[in-house]
Amino acid sequence: MHGPETKLATAVVPPPRWRVSPQIHGWLLLLPASVLLATFTHFPAVATIIDSFYSTPKGRRAAVLVGADNYQAMLADPVFWRAVSNNIVYAASVIPLTMALALAMALWVNGRIPGRPFLRLSFFTPTVLPMIAVANIWLFFYAPGYGLLDQMLGALGVPTPNWLGDQHTALICLIAVAVWKDAGFFMIFYLAALQQVSPQLAEAAAIEGASRWYFFRRVTFPLLMPTTLFVLINAIINSFRLIDHVVVMTQGGPDNATALLLFYIYEAGFKFWDTAYAATLTVVLLALLAFFALGQFVVLDRRIHYQ
Amino acid sequence: MSQIAVQNVSKAWGATRAVDNVSFEAAAASLLVLLGPSGCGKSTTLRLIAGLEQVSSGRISIGGADVTALPPAQRRIAMVFQSYALFPHLTVAENILFGLRVRKVPAAERTRRLARVAALLGLDALLARKPSQLSGGQQQRVALGRAIIAETPVCLMDEPLSNLDAQLRAEMRREIRTLQQKLGITMVYVTHDQSEAMSMADRVILMRDGKVEQAAAPDEIYARPATIFAAKFIGTPPMNILDTGGGVLLGVRPEDAALGDAGLPVRVQSSEFLGADTVVTCAYGNQSLTARVPGKAAYRAGDAVHAGWRPEHLHFFDAASGVRRDDVDANAATAIGLCFA
Ligand SMILES: Nc1ncnc2c1ncn2[C@@H]1O[C@H](COP(=O)(O)OP(=O)(O)O)[C@@H](O)[C@H]1O
Ligand SMILES: [Mg+2]
Repeated sequence: MHGPETKLATAVVPPPRWRVSPQIHGWLLLLPASVLLATFTHFPAVATIIDSFYSTPKGRRAAVLVGADNYQAMLADPVFWRAVSNNIVYAASVIPLTMALALAMALWVNGRIPGRPFLRLSFFTPTVLPMIAVANIWLFFYAPGYGLLDQMLGALGVPTPNWLGDQHTALICLIAVAVWKDAGFFMIFYLAALQQVSPQLAEAAAIEGASRWYFFRRVTFPLLMPTTLFVLINAIINSFRLIDHVVVMTQGGPDNATALLLFYIYEAGFKFWDTAYAATLTVVLLALLAFFALGQFVVLDRRIHYQ
Repeated sequence: MSQIAVQNVSKAWGATRAVDNVSFEAAAASLLVLLGPSGCGKSTTLRLIAGLEQVSSGRISIGGADVTALPPAQRRIAMVFQSYALFPHLTVAENILFGLRVRKVPAAERTRRLARVAALLGLDALLARKPSQLSGGQQQRVALGRAIIAETPVCLMDEPLSNLDAQLRAEMRREIRTLQQKLGITMVYVTHDQSEAMSMADRVILMRDGKVEQAAAPDEIYARPATIFAAKFIGTPPMNILDTGGGVLLGVRPEDAALGDAGLPVRVQSSEFLGADTVVTCAYGNQSLTARVPGKAAYRAGDAVHAGWRPEHLHFFDAASGVRRDDVDANAATAIGLCFA
């Protein structure tokens, strides 16, 4: 029999024995990424958790198992609590301010305004600068006497504090830098999302007599929710992760007024070489971040409309 | 009283005049179709009526009131967009109720109107769904529902059926027309599909390059096209235009042409069987001529036949301007052998 039937029959011959099963094939494809993730992310994380239950090795004295001693020391450490409260104030200000500013700028540059490309670029510029450079620029703004802020306010005759040297203003100054740095970056995401919203939706709403605020509240903002979630997660992570400006501008001072959690970890680990205590603090930070990430995906995800 | 009056309206973007000195009127409770090829300015005209664009010059009035300077919300109109413009995160019910919520219509009234519109459009079972869970036809209905729940006297539609398949399109066409007549809405309906225009319209405004080419009832625009453009745009296949010399072009619709033993000697090029009839394409010299003949015609390519028609079916156009000429005597054409009875 030589018809199309024979051809069909050959097509369904079982694969030769030497072929790797799809499962193994899949695992092989995953291997490079898994190795990298395990080596540089999972293994250090686990090692950190283990280290937090040991003492810091000193000279020839090896690390010994100390149980929860490090955690007890941490709970009794006033600087730790200062860093936690600083970080909460910092995050609770930076996150909403950054997101609100990002959204406002995106809405503005999404509209039909003259000089739109220029505006977009200028809003985005802080993002491409490294945080170290940003911190140095702002160091000049805040410098006592000859700094930009003092010169401007001084010309108006307003008395100025020592911005970074005063306990009451130092953290606020860092918050301003962080907002300025990240708002432009998050604006790009909002802008991209806004451009996905069909302009006809606004026209349909305009015909119904909806005000711009009503349209934003009932349509634009809900449609931006997936972006808002994404930006929120990144803003939270950044508020715990980015401390370059602390290092450059205040070194945690004055009197720990600007010590953030990660900066304190860095000090404990690489200035005081108390690696076990640094590991303990790191575990707290990891737990915090994991908690936020989980909460967002579990709670918020259900209430968001994805297209 | 005319419900909508567009008077000498122009709209220009830079050098392009999308709408160029257009005037027409739509009677109350009638369906007016803006017809024309893509890019001729139909959508722009509709958007000018809606107030989504501002006129460069001219006047628009709705219900006797000058609305030229009013924002869309104050023109008492509803609009259905080609893309439907449904809010993707809202349910069908919330989409339909959007305008009533904006206008703070009381809840009891909202419920009553929603029930009525849902029943009218067969949307009862779909009210809790999101637009993405609907078929194209159902989305179209929701868009329609959102337009009619407002109970505005005027409804504007921009190619509302162009995203549907042919069968659904024919069905929705009838449905929209029935709805429009039942509710007594004044409707301006944009389409590039002449069959849609012919089947739905009380009055057709045929547009070309931003200008009105002809404004007439469907039967009149078919029977007496004002220009060659109108003659070729209305009817499928389009009207044959033959140049027989003398500065006058001669037009005859394929359905008015018969193939037989008398008339113009032509040669069959191809034939297309459509079921009820056959469209036969012939060559007359280097010109092309189509005839629509009943049933399945047994012509083959290369057959020599004669094409003829009755004198009253002839249309004459000025060769230079393309404008219809009613001063040409059909009998003269008969005399030179162009007609047979
Ligand atoms: N916002 C606009 N800016 C510039 N030109 C436009 C704009 N809208 C439409 N046009 C132009 O106006 C002409 C008519 O467009 P339109 O009314 O959309 O045509 P139609 O709906 O008949 O296809 C086109 O040449 C189009 O390019
Ligand atoms: Mg259009």
